[in-house]
Amino acid sequence: METDQHKQIPFNDETLAMVNRIIGRYPEGRQKSALIPLLHIAQAEAGGWLSPETMDYVASLLKIKPIEVYEVATFYTMFNLKPVGNCTIEVCRTGPCWLNGAEEIVSHLEKKLHIRVGETTSDGKFTLKTVECLAACGNAPVIQVGTAYHENMTTESVDLLLDEWREETSPSYQNPYK
Amino acid sequence: MSLRILTENIDIPELTSFEVYRKLGGYRSVEKSLKTMSPSGVMEEVKKSTLRGRGGAGFPTGMKWSFLARGIGKPHYLICNADESEPGTFKDRYLMERNPHLLIDGMITSAFALEANTAYIYVRGELFRVLRILEKAIGEAYANGFLGKNILGSGYSLDIFCHPGAGAYICGEETALIESVEGKRGNPRIKPPFPAIAGLWDCPTVVNNVETLASVPWIINNGGEEYAKIGVWKSTGTKLMSACGHISKPGVYEVKMGLPVEEFIYSEEYCGGIRKGNKLKAVIAGGSSVPILPADLILKTAAGEPRLITYESLSEGGFETGTMLGSGGFIVMDNTTCIVKNLWNFTRFYRHESCGQCSPCREGTGWMEKVLYGIENGEGKMPDIDLLEDVAKNIEGHTICPLGDAAAWPVRSAIRHFRSEFEEHVKLKKCPF
Repeated sequence: METDQHKQIPFNDETLAMVNRIIGRYPEGRQKSALIPLLHIAQAEAGGWLSPETMDYVASLLKIKPIEVYEVATFYTMFNLKPVGNCTIEVCRTGPCWLNGAEEIVSHLEKKLHIRVGETTSDGKFTLKTVECLAACGNAPVIQVGTAYHENMTTESVDLLLDEWREETSPSYQNPYK
Repeated sequence: MSLRILTENIDIPELTSFEVYRKLGGYRSVEKSLKTMSPSGVMEEVKKSTLRGRGGAGFPTGMKWSFLARGIGKPHYLICNADESEPGTFKDRYLMERNPHLLIDGMITSAFALEANTAYIYVRGELFRVLRILEKAIGEAYANGFLGKNILGSGYSLDIFCHPGAGAYICGEETALIESVEGKRGNPRIKPPFPAIAGLWDCPTVVNNVETLASVPWIINNGGEEYAKIGVWKSTGTKLMSACGHISKPGVYEVKMGLPVEEFIYSEEYCGGIRKGNKLKAVIAGGSSVPILPADLILKTAAGEPRLITYESLSEGGFETGTMLGSGGFIVMDNTTCIVKNLWNFTRFYRHESCGQCSPCREGTGWMEKVLYGIENGEGKMPDIDLLEDVAKNIEGHTICPLGDAAAWPVRSAIRHFRSEFEEHVKLKKCPF
């Protein structure tokens, strides 16, 4: 899959320095607190998802048991536990977005991409997800791709964005600290 | 022109830079408090202001601070709750994106009052953009001597760090948030002990919402009594309202406490009325968790008094005929809205976000979603409406944290005020909308 070429596990020196800086934000012996920030970094560096190997690697960086990483990674919905496409499209499906047409956006995307929510296109280009309220209700409906919000979406504006995303070669999950 | 305490200068794009914020009078409260006041003096001002928590619960901030267990030989922590996730609420994101230094300003002053030398901002995971803006702003504050060791030569030291979440509504609950900062699943803790006694790493901790902390600089600069003069009775100051749904002008508005709801909805200065000339049907006034009210009851109380944007006025009549100010997430629905389908959508949200610790919430939210889905899709029976209410009653008050209540209240209020709409779905065997 295309995502494999972006795989940066184990981390390079620059990322390791960043990891140590983040661990330093917590008192000594409380390095486990850095787990969520590190999982965000690992997910971005590993092409958008957390494999058991990646999670074990994070456990080794924090000197905690792998199970402590698994139980957190499975709790928080931003962590993907299976491979995702180069571009992960996350459509808000909660109240205010739904009142303003999020449902149509989702079914439009399903039709255009020939996949259902939760699936990845066979060329590994797109994954479609629905997410809960993104705190952008004033500009509903909203789509998140990586760190970017796309607001006031219509089926037309989604089509324009799809063309852009199709051309994009770097994965949507980016290290938030870079 | 309305009073701007939190949104002054907010339309200046460069406000995110330290230099511009400072030039416009920013960080004066840090100078004033660290150089001329004692920690207890700062706390007294906040107490006098009667500022109440803006995250949703509305608990008096100064009183919350006074519960902090001091002198027990453990470090104190301040955590800013920036895990804004309540559907309909987007005021904190707005504030942090456009005026990050106001939050840092308020955090330094507040941490000084709490004698905390470390503070964290728990930023909602999805808000990567905000995380970057805050990290940059914090870096600028360090570079200019407003963070770090011996701030402004006062002898007081403070570090502020950002801590991202990763997609879990429950982490907005303060003990779940603390668990999350500790690198764990966001399972709320049983209280007591309260965080003020045993919070982060078992140390005395205060967790405050973004908007609450951002209100502190004005209070210190102008005095708590001045702040208390704004507003009505125990609802002092201004409130950020995030308005969305079927209105002409969705957005974040800073309103003086006491503004009539009717003016807020219909005035051009605020929401600009209902979109496309439609009619107002219902409002969820304080984020998706608070009871929904039909048009007549949101505009006027059952006693016929105009409903105001204050903690007291919105809750006038209790849950029978009133609601709550909550987070200020103001969701407006016009006459094209199906209450049942809308409720199903929110119930699906609570089911998704239940942490699963308490059976009433874990199982109950699932049952409510299933029953609602059935009614909406023409498979409902009349006794289902009572069943729904029964399940909601059995969740309410029977869980460790308020997520259970937050899931139950919308269901009970929708049935209370819109029962005929549920019955119509059942009779027609389909959604009438």
